[in-house]
Amino acid sequence: MDKQEILTGLRDIISLYTEEQDALDHISEQTDFIADLKINSANLVDIVLDIEEKFNINIDNESMAKMLNVKATVEVIEDKLAENAGK
Amino acid sequence: MTKDEILSKLPYGPGFLFVGELLHVDENGVKGTYTFDQGLLFYQSHFKAFPVTPAVILTETMAQIGLVCLGIYLLRGNTIGEGTGLAMTSSCIDFIKPVYPGEQVTVISEKVYFRFDKLSCKVRMENSIGETVCKGTISGMLKANSNE
Repeated sequence: MDKQEILTGLRDIISLYTEEQDALDHISEQTDFIADLKINSANLVDIVLDIEEKFNINIDNESMAKMLNVKATVEVIEDKLAENAGK
Repeated sequence: MTKDEILSKLPYGPGFLFVGELLHVDENGVKGTYTFDQGLLFYQSHFKAFPVTPAVILTETMAQIGLVCLGIYLLRGNTIGEGTGLAMTSSCIDFIKPVYPGEQVTVISEKVYFRFDKLSCKVRMENSIGETVCKGTISGMLKANSNE
């Protein structure tokens, strides 16, 4: 799965939790969940749980703490997919 | 943690406490009761000549027993204290039957998940003859209190 596929999958999940259509339309690695997409901490948990299901990965507390923007989130997903592939 | 310890850690004052007795609590859920006193203030106005428990109060009762009591138990008093609280972040409830002044209700809550400080529960309320009066899912987030 390449970065673009991950980003598309992530955008589909985020679209359920944000009202900021403009920020969603222009989503990039620099997009911040809280500042740009106005997602609260409770919905951030929902997004992480949806990511686990969609990508079939497990996200620990340490990774969750990093997932505050698109770039960091895509990196966490890539790392966890690589870990799964190595098993 | 005992049921009394959970009750003693509830953050509500007498004017907005909707937990009576806790019947059972474990890792996966909680069961408790509350009796709606006929003298509760809102009955004078909801409705003017026809007192019935407001849906928002039924929701609050489900949240206090089903979510907050369970949250306090799951945290074992470790992180909940003066500086933290549990904020309701979503509720989706169906209301099936009315609850009148003086009725006792039982709230049964099952944990769906508790991850990253978010607790989500399937909650149901029964009246004294075992009929479901409302049911749904409620979620809350453990938060540090701030003065912002």
